This record gives sequence, C-alpha cells and structure tokens, in this order.
Amino acid sequence: MALLRGKAWVFGDNIDTDLIYHGKYLPLTDPREMAKHAMEYVPGMEDFSKRVSPGDFVVAGRNFGSGSSREHAVLCLKYLGVAGVIAESISRIYYRNAINNGFLVLECPNISKKVKTGDELEVDPESGLIRNLSSGEELFGHPLSGLEREIMEKGGLIEHIRSLMEG
Amino acid sequence: MGMTFAEKILAKKSGLSQVKPGDVVTVEPDRVMSHDNAASIIKLFKSIGVERVWNADKIVIILDHAVPAPTDKHALNHKEIREFVKEQGIKNFYDTDSDGGVCHQVFCEEGFALPGHLILGSDSHTCTYGAFGAFSTGIGRSEMAAIWAVGRIWLRVPESIRIELEGEFPQGVYAKDLILRIIGDLGADGADYRSVEFSGSAVKDMSISDRMTLCNMVIEMGAKNGVIEPDDKILSYLDGIAKSEFEIVKADPDAFYERVLRYDLSKIEPLVAKPHGVDNVLPVREVRGVRINQAFIGTCTNGRIEDLRIAARLLKGRRIAKGVRLIVIPASWRVYKQALREGVLEILIDSGAIIAPPGCGPCMGNHLGILAPGEVCISTANRNFKGRMGNPESEIYLASPATVAVSALMGFIADPREVL
Repeated sequence: MALLRGKAWVFGDNIDTDLIYHGKYLPLTDPREMAKHAMEYVPGMEDFSKRVSPGDFVVAGRNFGSGSSREHAVLCLKYLGVAGVIAESISRIYYRNAINNGFLVLECPNISKKVKTGDELEVDPESGLIRNLSSGEELFGHPLSGLEREIMEKGGLIEHIRSLMEG
Repeated sequence: MGMTFAEKILAKKSGLSQVKPGDVVTVEPDRVMSHDNAASIIKLFKSIGVERVWNADKIVIILDHAVPAPTDKHALNHKEIREFVKEQGIKNFYDTDSDGGVCHQVFCEEGFALPGHLILGSDSHTCTYGAFGAFSTGIGRSEMAAIWAVGRIWLRVPESIRIELEGEFPQGVYAKDLILRIIGDLGADGADYRSVEFSGSAVKDMSISDRMTLCNMVIEMGAKNGVIEPDDKILSYLDGIAKSEFEIVKADPDAFYERVLRYDLSKIEPLVAKPHGVDNVLPVREVRGVRINQAFIGTCTNGRIEDLRIAARLLKGRRIAKGVRLIVIPASWRVYKQALREGVLEILIDSGAIIAPPGCGPCMGNHLGILAPGEVCISTANRNFKGRMGNPESEIYLASPATVAVSALMGFIADPREVL
C-alpha cells in the first residue's frame, strides 16, 4: 500500500454515527448525495463536504464512529475522497465497516493532541507510521493486521469474497 | 485456565478447544437478522455474484425502521425486500403487519434468540439477545451480504468484563437506571470491543424485559456483546416457542476477566443521560425542572408490556401537562395487543398520550415524532446523540419509563418517586 499524503481535519472525542452521517439520510444511495452530508451534524462543520479536499485525513479523539452500524458513516467520507480516519480509538463496528469498505482507519494514541487542523500528514498504512510534516513529529499508529490489509487491498469485503470465490 | 462466555462460545463455534482474546476466528452464525437495511444488503449480495443465499432458514428479516413507509424511497426499499425474500424462499420475514414490530423485540418473542447461539445482526442493538444467553452482536451491511453469500464471518475474540449485581432496586428505580449508571461510570467507550457478562443474585430476580434492557444498551459503552446466563425463567419462556434446538453455554468459574465491577442495586437512584451523550449521566434530581416538549415511551430498550404498565400505573386517572406530547409506541404488535387487553392503552390515551404503530418510530429521526429546533424530548430510547431525533438543535434526555411518564405529567423532568 502506497504512502498517503494530505491535510488533517481535527475532531474531538465521541464523534458518533449521527454526527458523521445522520439517520435521516439513510435512504440515500447516490454516492455524491451521501458525500454532501458527511460530518454535517458536527457543530461548526456543517459545510465540511465543501471545505475538505480529496486526500485529506479526518483526525479524531476517542471513540470515533460510536453508535449505529450504518456503513453510510464510512461511505460518505470515502465518497468525499477522504483518505482515511486516524483516531485515538475507533468504535468496533465502525472499524470493521471501514476495513470492509476499503477505507483506511488507524488507531493512534494522542493523535488529536499532536495534530492541528491544516497540518500536512504523511501516512504509511502498512507500518502505521504517521509523519506530521508541519511539526516534524512522528507518530505510530497500530498497523493493520494481515487479514485487514488483505481486505483493504482488494477494495473491501465484497471484492475480497468475490476474489476468493473466483480463486 | 477456564474461558469466559465469549471465549467459550467462539471456541465452540470455530471448532477450537481453546481461544484467547485477540484471536481471530471464523464462524458460521446460527441465525442472522436484518431490518429495512436488507434493501442495501440485497444490492451488495447481488454484486458478489452468488445466485442463492447460503441458508434461507437462518436469515430473519424484520421491517421496523420506517413502517409503514413514510416516503417513496422507504417504500421502494420495502418492495425490493419483499421481492427478494420471495425469490430466495426466506420464510422468516416480518412485514408491515400485526406479526411485526421492532426487530429485536420480535426476534426474541418469536423464539429466535436462544441460549448458546451465535447471532449476528445488521443493527448495533443486536446485542439485546444476550438476555437469553446468546452471543449476539451488530455487524455492517457488507458483512451481512458476505454472510448471506458464504455463511461465514471473521470475529475477534474479545476481552471480557464481568459486572456483578447484588441487592434490590429501591422504589422508582429500574433496570434502565442501572444500565445508565454503568455507562456513566465506564464511559461511552469504556467497554469498547469487550464482552460484558452480567451476573450476581440480582440478575436472577430480574424479569426478561429488564435483562433485555441491560443487554440492549451495552453497545452504548462500546461493548461487542452483553450476556446473562440463562436460568429457569428463560427456559420456561422458550418452552414451546424456541425456533430450533440449543445448548446453554456458560462461562467457566475460573475464567479471566479484564475487570470485575460490582453494583448494589439499592444504591441506584433515578437517572437521566443528558444531551448529547449516553454517558452524560446525572441523577434526575439534578436536572429536575428542565421543561420538555415531548415524551417518548417505546423502542427496543423500553417499549415492552412491563414498561407500558409502569407508565400506566403512574398516569392512571391523571392528565399529562399542557403543551407536552406523549408518544407511546409498543415495541411489537404482541405488546400492543397485550396492552390493549389489559386496558393499559386506554389509560395512556385517557392521560393525553397518543399511540403509534409498533416500530422504531422517531428513535432515529425517521418519522412519528420528529423534534423541532429548540425542542426537548425525554425518551426511553438508548441514544441521545445530537440530532438523533431529526433536528440538530433539539435535545434528548434518556430515562426509565417511570421518569418519562412522570415528566410528561409535570411538563418538566421530574423524579418518579415524587408521584409513587
């Protein structure tokens, strides 16, 4: 997996699935429409989808993605072009949903304190190494496990299963 | 070294003699459950390129998130699900009719939630079935599509926390207050990835409804599952309704727990979770007087007959405060009919409440009671995330059915012990 580079958008603790993607948008299926509502319920971030650039990272504190099992909360960020989420901890279902949709998630202690919005990050998904190019600091995220990386490389669980069945 | 419940059941289901936390195992679930999101699972399933589901009898689909359909988009989803279950021969389908209701309630009433079963659902509150001694947890829709196709999934063996419950609830205090206390103490991520086992003498005294309330909310502290060892109460409930055979799985007495917590029920008081976090827990007395616009009794957490009876007892012969809307949604049509027979619905209606058809209703902001900006709702649901009930400028307090009923009576948040 290649090195990724992008700007950080820093969020707080307990960014739940309603903040990331509100329940009222669950019937939407058009990726562009879904992307528009990413992070809409986070106070001050109503227009996140307009401000973020493809390749940027969402950085957060503890318990990112807590709540619902809705995969929209992963897909809206993916469709928006966000490169991945790096948080101090990620709720169990969100973590699985991300891997299963080929969307990068890394857990990294203290990341929300060591990175400011606008900082330029370089991330190695393979080793979990995160370089804050703006501050020069290096941080170590938990690298993905073998199976997780395998699923990610295929682009998600559905593609992974399809390839196993063909193989 | 003995094994915890989670270790033991995951070892058994993966054909291993021993597993430890952190191990990744591949398992075939005994049963899987989906609701309205079956519509998007169907699309993912079809994209895999498999013709038939792995086992039509193991798939349960219960429509509840938006029933009857409030928009054409929801209606189309439901239509696609109906066509799919017919085509695939999925018999365990609960549509918009009087066999239905909130998926977790119907799943348990119908005898699908069984001891020693491994159950996965494409809904985060699938953890509810731990009340029957099942290992049950929520998964995403891609994972569900994959299971429909190949009948297998990987699960990480979780660390376990044991919570021992002793003593008796004081008057006006219920299982909802207890689980709010625990979530408040542990925090919204305090049990992240963990398996939570409830044990102790107080659990034995609890009704099945109370046990479901406890297990339902473990996800609000991040847990993978919650579980209570089945006893005679569970076995006699399942007698005659169990949908298949089962074998009880119990934790070993010498199992290792990451943490052991103890709660004395007699020390718990009526509590609320304040906006906008479930772990934002305070005694009712500290928020007494907060004006409310709406009160909501229902959901997979607290919409059972026991909950409606509590509300009816408090509201009998009384009228709710002017300007307050009390919305009651029985968790299933079975609960609805029972409440009808007992006169519970009439008491609630006479008090000023309106009764809506069983389903999730306004819990996640779909329909039947969306809040306006600036409005405050006190609810028996399990989540009070910002905007959860439809508007980001509204506020949700979570509480027991008793606290919600008494608050509706007063027009502001109040302690049920004031009326009892």
